[in-house]
Amino acid sequence: MSYLEYHSKTTPTGLRKILYLNWPLALLLAAAAGVGFLMLYSVAGGSFSPWVEPQVKRFLLGMVVMIIVAMVPIWFWRNISVVAYLMALLLLVAVEFFGTIGMGAQRWIDLGPMRLQPSELMKITLVMILAAYYDWLPGKRTSRPLFVALPVLIIVVPTFLVLKQPDLGTSILLLAAGGGIMFLAGVHWAYFAAVISAAVGLVSAVFKSRGTDWQLLKDYQYRRIDTFLDPSQDPLGAGYHITQSKIALGSGGWSGRGFMQGTQSRLNFLPEKHTDFIFTTLAEEFGFVGGMTLLSIYVLIIIFCVATAMSTKDRFSSLVTLGIALNFFLFFAVNMSMVMGLAPVVGVPLPMVSYGGSAMLVLLAAFGIVQSANVHRPR
Amino acid sequence: MKRSPKDLDGSHKLLTRRTLLLGGMQLGFVGALGMRMRFLQVDQADQFRLLAEENRINIRLIAPSRGEIFDRNGLIIAQNSPSYRVVLVPEDAGDVEEVIANLSRLIPIDAEDLERARTEMRRSPPFLPITLADQISWKDISKVAVNAPALPGITPEVGLTRVYPQQDDFAHVVGYVGPVSDYDLSRIEDPEPILRIPRFQIGKVGFEAKREESLRGKAGAKRVEVNAMGRVMRELDRREGESGADTQLTLDAELQNYVQARLGRESAAAVIMDVENGDLRAICSSPSFDPNLFVRGISVGDYRALTEDPFRPLANKTVQGTYPPGSTFKMVTALAGLENGIITPEETTWCPGHLEVSGRRFHCWKRAGHGHVNLLESLKGSCDVYYYDLAIKVGIDRISEMANKLGLGVRHDLPMSAVAAGLAPNRDWKSRVHGQDWLVGDTVNASIGQGFMLASPLQLALMTARIASGHSVTPRLVKSINGVEEPSGEGAPLEISDIHLRNVRKSMYAVSNDRRGTGYRSRIIADGMRMAGKTGTSQVRNITAAERAAGVIRNQDLPWERRDHALFVCFAPFDKPKFAVSVVVEHGGGGSTAAAPIARDVMLQALYGGTPPLEAYPASDRQRIEAQQDRLERERLQRRESSGSDQA
Repeated sequence: MSYLEYHSKTTPTGLRKILYLNWPLALLLAAAAGVGFLMLYSVAGGSFSPWVEPQVKRFLLGMVVMIIVAMVPIWFWRNISVVAYLMALLLLVAVEFFGTIGMGAQRWIDLGPMRLQPSELMKITLVMILAAYYDWLPGKRTSRPLFVALPVLIIVVPTFLVLKQPDLGTSILLLAAGGGIMFLAGVHWAYFAAVISAAVGLVSAVFKSRGTDWQLLKDYQYRRIDTFLDPSQDPLGAGYHITQSKIALGSGGWSGRGFMQGTQSRLNFLPEKHTDFIFTTLAEEFGFVGGMTLLSIYVLIIIFCVATAMSTKDRFSSLVTLGIALNFFLFFAVNMSMVMGLAPVVGVPLPMVSYGGSAMLVLLAAFGIVQSANVHRPR
Repeated sequence: MKRSPKDLDGSHKLLTRRTLLLGGMQLGFVGALGMRMRFLQVDQADQFRLLAEENRINIRLIAPSRGEIFDRNGLIIAQNSPSYRVVLVPEDAGDVEEVIANLSRLIPIDAEDLERARTEMRRSPPFLPITLADQISWKDISKVAVNAPALPGITPEVGLTRVYPQQDDFAHVVGYVGPVSDYDLSRIEDPEPILRIPRFQIGKVGFEAKREESLRGKAGAKRVEVNAMGRVMRELDRREGESGADTQLTLDAELQNYVQARLGRESAAAVIMDVENGDLRAICSSPSFDPNLFVRGISVGDYRALTEDPFRPLANKTVQGTYPPGSTFKMVTALAGLENGIITPEETTWCPGHLEVSGRRFHCWKRAGHGHVNLLESLKGSCDVYYYDLAIKVGIDRISEMANKLGLGVRHDLPMSAVAAGLAPNRDWKSRVHGQDWLVGDTVNASIGQGFMLASPLQLALMTARIASGHSVTPRLVKSINGVEEPSGEGAPLEISDIHLRNVRKSMYAVSNDRRGTGYRSRIIADGMRMAGKTGTSQVRNITAAERAAGVIRNQDLPWERRDHALFVCFAPFDKPKFAVSVVVEHGGGGSTAAAPIARDVMLQALYGGTPPLEAYPASDRQRIEAQQDRLERERLQRRESSGSDQA
C-alpha cells in the first residue's frame, strides 16, 4: 500500500495533527522518565546535579524531537529509511576508526556538544529499513530464500560491527529486534526453527566438546563463559555486581525503604547505580510496589504501541510501530533480567529511566515515528 | 509494486496473528519478571535485608581507658598519659616514599616499624591511616608538627599509654602492661574483640596482669556506616565503654620509695605491714627495674641486662622468693612448745654448744654454748640447742601446725605474680613428696628454720604481725576499687594463749633492747616507739665436718652466692604494736648486721610517717644515720628530678 492509496483527505493536516498524537502514550513515556528523575535525584544523594538536570533537559529536547518527528508524514520516514540505515551503518564503521574509547569499548563519536552513539541510531534505522522492506515485498515472496537472505544480511552486518566494539548487549538487541520483525512480517516459521535449532546445536556442541579431544574453545574461554553465565562463581569480580544488586532488590521488600533511604545504592555498593543498575535503586527504595509500577508503565507503553499498529492498515506503519515496541520491550526485559540475576550482565540500560547520552533521545525520536504512524493513519 | 486486495488481506491477517503471538510471549516474559521480583522482594526480603545491613554497618570498638592505680594517699602509681604517634594517610601523601624519606630525616623511624607499615600499606585501602612511628617523644612530635607543610599526608596523633611515674618503686607490685601478643591471645579462651585492636595494652605481670579484668574496663562501640570501599560515611550511634576501675592500694608511695632507696643495690626484700588490719604499707624487692621500659618495648640489650643480672631484678623477692627463715622461725617453735605444755618460759635447757641427736652432732651458732637458757634467753641470744631439744619433744607435726597458724607454708592470695606458698613441712609432706620417712634430724633442722623450711618475706612479716597483734590478720594490698573499700585484713584472735604470746613478745623485746640481744645494735630508743625483733641467718650451704674442723670460714671470705641470707623480723611500738617489718638480704651475711639496721630504719620511717628525728636512734649511731639520711634524701631527689624530666 503506497501513500497514493491513502485517503488523503481524512488525514489531519497542519497544527491539527497535534490533536491526533497518541497523548496517553506520551504521558506514559513522561511517567517513566519521571521515575528516572526521581531515582537519579536519590542516587545523587538528594541533588539535581550531576544527573537529574541534564536528564531533564535531554527529556524535554527528546519530547520536542518526538513531536517534530510525529508531525512529519509517515511515508517520508518510509522513503528515507534506506538512506538512514546506510548512514547509520557508515557511522558504525566510522566509530571503528574515530570512536572514543569508554568503559573499554569504542562506542561513540564525539561531535563536540554531544556524543553520538551510532549503535543507538542503528536500533531505529534497522527497524525502519526492515519495515520498509516488508512493506515493499509482496507477501507471497516473503519466505523465498533470496528474500529472506537480504534482511538477514541487513541485520547481521550492523550486529557484527556492534559486537566488535564490543557491545554484546546492543548486538543481542539488534539481532532479536531484527529477527522479531522478520517473524512479524510473516517469514515462514521453518526458518526460525532452523536457526534456533542450529544455534542450540552449536552451543551444545561447544559445551559437549569441553574436555574432549575435539574441544572447540580454549580452556580460559570456557572459564570466561562459566563466570558469564553464573557470576556467583566469582563473587568479588563479575559476581559482585549481581550479588550486590540482588541484595539491594531483596532488601527493598514489599514497599521499600523509602525515598532516599536505600543504603545499598547510596553507599556505592551498587555499580553503575545511575545507569544500567538504576532499577535496583528503585526496587530498594520503593520495593515490590515501586518495581511493579514501573513494569506496568512499560507494559502499557507496549500495549498502546500494539493497539496503534493494529488499528492501521498501512503495513510500514504497523511493522515500524511493532518493531519499536519490540525494541523497547527487549530493552527493559534484558535490563531487568540482568539486575534480578536471571541473565548475565550485559550493558543494556533501562529505557527512559537510566541516565544515558543518546539512548533517551533516540528512543523518543523512535516514538516520534510511532506517533507519526498514529497521526497519519488513514481514517 | 501492485498488489491484489486478497494478498493484502492475507498478509494483514498473518501480521495480526504473529503480533498476538509475539505479544503473548512478551506478556509471559513480563509475568516471569514479576514473579522473580516477588520472589526476591517479598519471599526472601528478610534475608537480603540482613545482608544489606551487614554490608553497610561496621562496628568499631572504642578502647576504654585503663583504670588508674593510686597509693593509699592518692598518689598516682600507674596512669594513662597521652602518647604520640605519627600516622600516614597514603592517598594524601602523593609520593609516599619521598614523604617517608623526609620524615626519617626529622625523627628516628625504626626499620622494623617501617617494614610493617609498608606491608600494611599494600594491603589496606589508601584512605586508611597507617602508623609509622609509635610512642615518640614530645620533642619529635613537635618537629613533625612544625614541618607539616613539607610532609603531606602525615599527621601527629595522640593516644593513651600507660606510664608509671614512680618508675622502679612499684615495678614488682604493679608490674607493667604491654601490647597484646599472639601468645597472650592463645592463652585466653575466647578473647574479647577489643584485644585485637592493634597495640592495645594489657597487663603482663604483677597487679596489672592479676587484675586485668577489672582494670581494663569495658570496650565501647560505635556503629558506623561505611561505603563499599570501607570509608566511614557517618557515625550511626555510639555506646560509650566503661573505663577500668581506679584502684587504690594500701601501699604508701613515700614509704615505698624510701624503702627501695634504703635497700639500694642489695639483693633484698622488705615488707611492712599493719599488724591490726594487714594493710601492706610497703613491699619492696631490690634491685628493681623501670617498668616503663617494658611498656615502650624493651630493647634486647636492656632485657638481657635484666635477665643476666645475678641479683635477679625481675623477680619479686617479697612474695615469690622463699628462703629458709633461719632463727626468725624460733618464735614458731617456741609457741608450739608453750602451747603444747612442753615447756614453761622459766624452764631452762643446758647449751654446751652442740646437741647429739641419734649419733649426729648438731651445733649451736655459738661454739662455746649459751649455758643454761630459758625462753627469753634462748631468743635473745638465739640459742640453737634450746630449740633442737624443744623441737624433738614437740614433734614436727605440731611445729608445722603452729607455722601454718602464723601464716607460714600457706599461700596468701595477693594480686601479684607468682605468690609462693613457702613450706612448713611435716611427716605427711615428706612421705608424700620425697617418699621418705621423717627423721628426727629433719625436726632439729626445722626447729631453727633450716632444712626444708621455706618462707617468703611476706609470710615472715605476716607471722610477726600475727604474733604482735594476737589476731589472725591477713595481708591486704587493695584498699579500694572505684572508691569502694575492700574487706579489711583484720582477723579473729589466734587460738594461742595470750600469756604465751606475751612471753614471746617480751623475748623479742629483749632481742632488740637487751644489751646482750642479737639485735641490740639496731634498736630504737625513742619512748613509745621501742621495737621488738628477731634476727635470722640462714645457711645456703651445708657446713661439712672437715670445714668445721678447719674453722668455719667467715662469710666475707665466701663468694657472694654462697654467703648466708640475712633476715630480720620486728614489730613496733612494743607497747601498742602498729607495724610488722620483715627484711631479707640475700647472701647478706648475718641478720643482725645486714638485715636489722635496714628493718630499724624502715620501721622508724613508717612510725614517723617520714624522716624520723635522730633522737630515735642510739646516740652512737646518730652521726652515721645523719649521713645516711642525707645521702638517701639526695638520691631520692635526683631520681624524682630525672623522672620529672622524662615526663615532660
